[in-house]
Amino acid sequence: MANEGVSRGRRRFLVAATSVVGGAGVVALAAPFVAALQPSARAQAAGAPVEVNVSQIEPGQRISVGWRGRPVWVVRRTPEMLDLLPEIRDRLRDPDSEQVTQQPEYARNPHRSIDPEIVVLIGLCTHLGCSPSYRPEIGTADMGADWGGGWLCGCHGSRFDMAGRVYRNMPAALNLEVPPHHYLSDDVILVGEDPDGETA
Amino acid sequence: MAGNTADKIQGGVLGWVDARFPLSQLWNEHLAQYYAPKNFNFWYYFGSLALLVLVIQIVTGIFLTMFFKPDAELAFASVEYIMRDVEWGWLIRYMHSTGASFFFVVVYLHMFRALLYGSYKKPRELIWIFGVLIYIVLMAEAFAGYLLPWGQMSYWGAQVIVNLFATIPYIGPDLVTWIRGDFLLSDATLTRFFALHVIALPLVLLLLIVAHIIALHEVGSNNPDGVEIKANKDENGLPRDGIRFHPYYTVKDLVGVGVFLIAFFAVVFFAPEMGGLFLKPANMIPADPLVTPDLIPPVWYFTSFYSVLRAVPDPFLGVVAMGAAVVVLFFVPWIDRNPVKSIRYRSSAHKLNLAVFVVTFVVLGYLGLQQVTAFYGELTLRFAVMYFLFFWLLWFHSRERSAVFSLVSFAVLVGIYSFYDYTRFDPANAQLLLTAWLLPTAYLFVTMVVPVFARNMGRDRPVPERVTA
Repeated sequence: MANEGVSRGRRRFLVAATSVVGGAGVVALAAPFVAALQPSARAQAAGAPVEVNVSQIEPGQRISVGWRGRPVWVVRRTPEMLDLLPEIRDRLRDPDSEQVTQQPEYARNPHRSIDPEIVVLIGLCTHLGCSPSYRPEIGTADMGADWGGGWLCGCHGSRFDMAGRVYRNMPAALNLEVPPHHYLSDDVILVGEDPDGETA
Repeated sequence: MAGNTADKIQGGVLGWVDARFPLSQLWNEHLAQYYAPKNFNFWYYFGSLALLVLVIQIVTGIFLTMFFKPDAELAFASVEYIMRDVEWGWLIRYMHSTGASFFFVVVYLHMFRALLYGSYKKPRELIWIFGVLIYIVLMAEAFAGYLLPWGQMSYWGAQVIVNLFATIPYIGPDLVTWIRGDFLLSDATLTRFFALHVIALPLVLLLLIVAHIIALHEVGSNNPDGVEIKANKDENGLPRDGIRFHPYYTVKDLVGVGVFLIAFFAVVFFAPEMGGLFLKPANMIPADPLVTPDLIPPVWYFTSFYSVLRAVPDPFLGVVAMGAAVVVLFFVPWIDRNPVKSIRYRSSAHKLNLAVFVVTFVVLGYLGLQQVTAFYGELTLRFAVMYFLFFWLLWFHSRERSAVFSLVSFAVLVGIYSFYDYTRFDPANAQLLLTAWLLPTAYLFVTMVVPVFARNMGRDRPVPERVTA
């Protein structure tokens, strides 16, 4: 390269300035490509609340409904199940629902629900998102004699009680999530909307 | 001009091409005049076999792309269409699905060869690093491909793996939404995984393989004796212990190709599902976001690392441990500082260490396929610890260690995991815990403490000047 009669300082400035502007251009161009991978407007619009009629649920029975593509469980707990909830406290990781992200304020109580009998949970393990299987029977051979009913995640073995609270020393660290919901009438729950009309 | 011999040699079509593109030069540098050690054994088939499987995957993949529909509504049915209605579609798809598993079989054996003969050591560190990168891209490629049939196992397997990123503090949940392109695994995820699987990752894979081979041909192959053949050259500057890759190794590799294809097509024709190892029964059911199958094991080639994930009772630390189990491979050239390359001249303690590592990897792979029970959970934890202890021992055996250092480091290591056992001690499981405690302890005892008293066991042997066969 001909270096005679050249201002090195000016050349260096031009190279640096061109690089910076070019680099800024690359970053600016990357932004739309990164943003394109986010949920589209159609995906964001697809999360409407769903109504669930709970009048037909037998005591101890669980029904499963889909909300935003996720399973939502509604269980009518028996008095026996409710009696067990305080008894297993010390085997749970977060018995008092202190993790506020896992339930709305109105479900932050010993039974984690609005109506003590009816619990509403998002049926995905808080570990890696498998859907745990429902094991309501108390004290079975494979779950152990002190099993108080609840859910077992087949993927990594996390256990949850009948209020969706996680046991200690499990892969999952959080209780099952309670979705925003409220009662439209005595028998109908609207899942996906808080009592004050806020959607999650 | 017709009488000029020099013109004749350089004339013709080849001469015309060579004047414009270094065809003969490339042929000679990489095949006809590329000298490889004359003592390659069985383990040296797997590099060329990996290339063969790559070709199988690309060719069958191109044909599958002609019939597959990357749409959550249509994907499952289009795979069934390939299997039932497309002429020979079943063969093409089974070759592709079997090829995926065979790719990993071949790559694992290829990597094990490098561990056996120290092929990652100076000056071949970059070959090894390119190799580990290829392995990681291959895992991503296999994972993306597994989602495409949109069966139950595709869906829930991807759900578990994608949610690994959700365990990252603060940014995790948003990151997962960004990866999925939706609030759940959906059509948006399928289409982007399709794009990654058929174009983005294969391109990266090809580039890395080219880099792997360029680096290899720059320094030359290692061999089962770990002797540098370039250190001993004849008067023409050619290695005395080397032979031309073509025709000697091209022909030899063809025999390997023949044997490999017999095994490969035996599986394609008679056991394409391999008893659920290669293709899982649950994947014959269309994906259902509301129902999880009872057991969601990943495909067999991921299960060793999956076990490491399950061994740790904390989501984020589990992911970190699993990532560390892969990333540690990058550092192997600098962990093993022993100047002796080949296992033939390494100490008995090192041979034992490598043998235990093979067992550990296989056992972790088996455990990763099983339902979690107290017994399997305890075993998983112990073998996960042993997986990482292998790398410690690899460093430890870099040279003969003093009695004091051996005994003190043994005591420290055993102390660390024994303390953890103490914190989680539960009288109900005492027997299981204590019995399982013996596994890593016996492993460390034999490879670290016994050589203190049986000095021969910890000593490497002299390496010969020339290759031995």
